[in-house]
Amino acid sequence: MEAKNIKFRHVYWNPYFGGLMLGLLIAATFYVTGRGVGATGGTKATVVKIVDVVAPEHTENQEFYSKYVDEDKNPMKNWLVFETLGILIGAFLSGSIKGRVNFRIQHSPKITSKTRLIFALAGGLFFGVGSQLARGCTSGAALSGSTVLSLAGFITMIGIFGTAYLFAYFFRKLWI
Amino acid sequence: MGPLTFNDIISTEWNYVIALLIGLAFGYILEASGFSSSRKLVGVFYGYDFVVIRVFITAVSVAMITLLYLDYLGFLDFSMLYVVPTYINAQVVGSIIMGIGFLMGGFCPGTSLTAVAIGKIDGMVFTGGIWLGIFGFSEAYPYIEDFNNSGYLGNVTIMDYFGINAYTFAFGFAVFAIIAFTVASKIRKNIKEIQY
Repeated sequence: MEAKNIKFRHVYWNPYFGGLMLGLLIAATFYVTGRGVGATGGTKATVVKIVDVVAPEHTENQEFYSKYVDEDKNPMKNWLVFETLGILIGAFLSGSIKGRVNFRIQHSPKITSKTRLIFALAGGLFFGVGSQLARGCTSGAALSGSTVLSLAGFITMIGIFGTAYLFAYFFRKLWI
Repeated sequence: MGPLTFNDIISTEWNYVIALLIGLAFGYILEASGFSSSRKLVGVFYGYDFVVIRVFITAVSVAMITLLYLDYLGFLDFSMLYVVPTYINAQVVGSIIMGIGFLMGGFCPGTSLTAVAIGKIDGMVFTGGIWLGIFGFSEAYPYIEDFNNSGYLGNVTIMDYFGINAYTFAFGFAVFAIIAFTVASKIRKNIKEIQY
């Protein structure tokens, strides 16, 4: 059983099948809710909620937070928070079926775990800031945005991938 | 006619249940396609694994054509679907920042969540980084508000902005997809295999 799990650990779906499934899911999401999927909105809700618990006056006075807590609105009672919980459950299901669930740090053998974690933190930080400026991340703006042909969706898609291709050379030691 | 929750065909109380189910499918598809592995994702920028391009572009083409077709058949009002507003200055800068973030962290926010779900510590740290980034942005908001809201063009689509027909664009995108897949396969064959 153990050997079988190891054998299947890196067997992923055919990427075109994955893309077809993802495309149908996004179309279904728009058909049902009129909106697409997202991945940063849920995290943002927890930021607002925690700041609101620690410093309620601060969230009321500061414009960026106040629109989420006005009139005793609870930022955690949000479509994207429930969707994010779903993402975690769904990914756990898929990972556990294929035996990929375990605590580990994945990195290139040429760098240390510490380097990997420092750059992971920095990458997350950049995504946190960038997604707020761009009004969405790869899921909300680029993927869902381009599906309905919004200009912003294509700007974000070309911006993220274009920049990454242009600067990939400088970060190659982290990966290859 | 869709969208269902807009047109009161499904009551709003069901919204959170639907959100959970959609998220569940989203997370499952991303993880099953290999998006919980940063080294697999980043392969797209170094030519050793093109899973991101294959999944992403297939998904956009399939979803775009499905929605336009549903609209054509009269099952859905395409014009009621949510269009992300365009703030051209902030979006260009924001997506450049995200592009660099992708190279450093190896994830984007959605894929990092799938990594968290299967126990990847680097995914958890990345998510912590997102949290701090949003927190920092929110605290700095009064100073960057003007820039953040500059270049506003409204909820514009490609059709509004370039005056192009939606069907023509979708066809063009599908052709682009096929070319991208072919080029990716060619490049992949010429790049040394990477074990991860």
